[in-house]
Amino acid sequence: MDMNQYLDIFVEESKEHLQSLNTSLLELEKEPGNTSVINEIFRVAHTLKGMASTMGFTHMTALTHDMEDVLDGVRSHRIKVSSEVVDVLFQCLDALESYVSEIVSSGQEGQEEYGDIIAALAKINGSGAEKSSQKTKSAQDWTIGENSEEVYSNGLRLKLNIYDKNIIEKALETSMNILQIHVELDKKCLLKAARAFIIFQALDRNAEIMKSEPSVEDIEDEKFDYSFTVMVITKRDAAFFQKELNSIAEVRNVETTSITHEHIEMIQADEEGIASTIQHGKSDLKEAANKFQKLGDGKKHTNKTVRVDIDRLDVLMNLVSELIITKTRLADCGSGGKSNDYNQAVENLERITTNLHDAVMKVRMVPVETVFSRFPRMVRDISKELKKDIVLHMSGEETELDRTVIDEIGEPLIHIIRNSADHGLEKPEKRKERRKEETGNIWLRAYQEGNNVVIEVEDDGQGIDIEKVRKKIVGKGLESEEAAADLTEREIIQYLFQPSFSTAEKVTDLSGRGVGLDVVKTKIEALGGTIELNSTFGMGSKTIIRLPLTLAIIQALLVMVGTEKYAIPLSYIREITDIKTSDIQFVRKQEVIVLRDMLIPLVRLDQVLEVSKDELSDTNKLLTCVIVRKGDKLYGLTIDALIGQQEIVIKSLGKLLADIRYIAGATILGDGNVALIIDVNSIV
Amino acid sequence: MKTEKKQYVVFRLADEEYGADIIKVTVIERMMYITRVPKTPEYIKGVINLRGDIIPVMDLRARLGLTEKEEDDETRIIIFDINNVSFGAIVDSVSEVLQLEETKVESTAGIIKDKTKDFIYGVAKAESKLFTLLNLEKLISDLVPEMS
Repeated sequence: MDMNQYLDIFVEESKEHLQSLNTSLLELEKEPGNTSVINEIFRVAHTLKGMASTMGFTHMTALTHDMEDVLDGVRSHRIKVSSEVVDVLFQCLDALESYVSEIVSSGQEGQEEYGDIIAALAKINGSGAEKSSQKTKSAQDWTIGENSEEVYSNGLRLKLNIYDKNIIEKALETSMNILQIHVELDKKCLLKAARAFIIFQALDRNAEIMKSEPSVEDIEDEKFDYSFTVMVITKRDAAFFQKELNSIAEVRNVETTSITHEHIEMIQADEEGIASTIQHGKSDLKEAANKFQKLGDGKKHTNKTVRVDIDRLDVLMNLVSELIITKTRLADCGSGGKSNDYNQAVENLERITTNLHDAVMKVRMVPVETVFSRFPRMVRDISKELKKDIVLHMSGEETELDRTVIDEIGEPLIHIIRNSADHGLEKPEKRKERRKEETGNIWLRAYQEGNNVVIEVEDDGQGIDIEKVRKKIVGKGLESEEAAADLTEREIIQYLFQPSFSTAEKVTDLSGRGVGLDVVKTKIEALGGTIELNSTFGMGSKTIIRLPLTLAIIQALLVMVGTEKYAIPLSYIREITDIKTSDIQFVRKQEVIVLRDMLIPLVRLDQVLEVSKDELSDTNKLLTCVIVRKGDKLYGLTIDALIGQQEIVIKSLGKLLADIRYIAGATILGDGNVALIIDVNSIV
Repeated sequence: MKTEKKQYVVFRLADEEYGADIIKVTVIERMMYITRVPKTPEYIKGVINLRGDIIPVMDLRARLGLTEKEEDDETRIIIFDINNVSFGAIVDSVSEVLQLEETKVESTAGIIKDKTKDFIYGVAKAESKLFTLLNLEKLISDLVPEMS
């Protein structure tokens, strides 16, 4: 069978399972006795095994199989969860991840067998390496304990209660057939849930399913062994279903029983049965309560979802963008005094497009959890490697960001967190000296702030030694000694973002190789975000990253510079103010204005953007000034006129003009012309 | 033996006729509003909105070191697509599409000596007229290094 078409699904699902495995393993390390975590890990390993073997990835199957053996031992309290066990399980996770990434790149799982891990698993399992390798070969024919083939006193497999009885009686009165159908699947069947689904579909076409054991949900989740029993009401007879179901592949046996008055008589007699039903109901409630408890604990619950190719969403997004442009254009046409009806229709359209845009944006939003989830493991490893006790506190994992941003934000965050762990946090002895807790803390927080998402990484380590950096600035010849002495703390921190400026005295495996914060900064700025670093020497440091919620459509202020139109993203704008040319003062030849006691440097947009002007701007008595914020500094951009606020669609200038300074992109205005978007970050 | 035939879009700049491989031409547009982009080379006129796509446009006269000319009714923008990089080039006029045999193309090595020689791929002769064939990749290789 050609498996290629399933490869994408396999990879996507494997990644999800591996991520949940990662989370569960970390939990297991914290609470080794938590059976629900152990069950979850077992379930994941089992699912992965099934998936891998379906796809014919034998090494992966072998590894997950051995993992399962160990986990089974843990489940049955034969094996105690020690840090050794967790370490080996983590190694398994790494191995599985590398299998998956190999599969992503080549479509094959590769030749690596991870014999050492398998041996380690076997050792834990106490069964010796020989047995394990034997098992590896026979991994294909594993079996799971037989379903408990319980048969009730009335000769039925299903337990009927008084409600079922009523239904059955009514059905029998209308001369319908009630059938109990017991389906056994082939033991080699790998996608049991899918097979069961096909069977249910076949049943659905010809009958109404009243009852199912295990429940339909459990069957869908593959929580059954190789058989299940259903009770159906149908006009057809038993022979029909025998034929129908036996024609489905991988069905080993179908057993049908007609339910008659005789069967239900016994229900009536069996008062205990009712009592047990009530009992059952109670335990159901309990189970439900447990489930809610779990939800409350922030555990994952599966919503109904559809997997959509991101490209399709991009197409949808583009169409919405076009719609917004056309809407703006339509609104512009109407300003010439059209009828009320027209204006109302345009307003309506405006509302709908805005909602549509929001809806599409929401579809593209992904919780930052998808990025954050890999950090606990990373910090755990770093902590072991550096022999520092580090606790990672995460909050706001549910904060959502656009998919395009999410994909890019991982690397910079890894870098910052590593920096905190490696350079920020001190060794335990040193922390003791400094009267801090021996355990270092790193906080990773995400939250929304207006149109931005803020991600903070904070540590309670030693912070940045400003004087050391100052020396380094001089040492590297970036500034003279006198000039360096004048630099403020804030200015000095800015140097850390310069290429190959590393202050680590020792190059470790983790950081200090000269590729540092400058790369992080470039990346964040490429995403339209800003990065800020605050630090108190001896107390810790805090990195604050601000990212735009979305990259595609933004609110912007349209302005005139000379005769040209430009857009300034609204998220940067603090206020707009008119200034007199006589108010402009000079500080070291830099034009500045004073606004409410704040010194604000002026940026003459016409000069920076090389706009040709007929008249000298100095003849203007009043200058319109857009005050923008970069990080926590303010700058004033001088413009010639305001046009207004507008929703704009950001378009790239194309490969040819990709690296143009001061311009972040372009947008198409209502009149069909192009206006450039000012890149506030690089212009000030 | 069948000789390889190629189609060329023929356009005019100053008094000369030029040819560009038709496979690389997306569309030919009338002159339209061009938004100037600061901090770009002299020959980049700006960007246009081509049915929702932003396309950079160069002044081909300026690129080839010819004198500037006011636009008129004949002025056209030829939109090229070269390895998924789109750009437009302003030309005086577009005259025809011509079929040429590959063998009729002669190298210009040694004939043109100024700095624009890289932009010329060869000269072709057809119907007793001469056409200069442009090396389109070279026109943008300053801005997209992987083109060279």
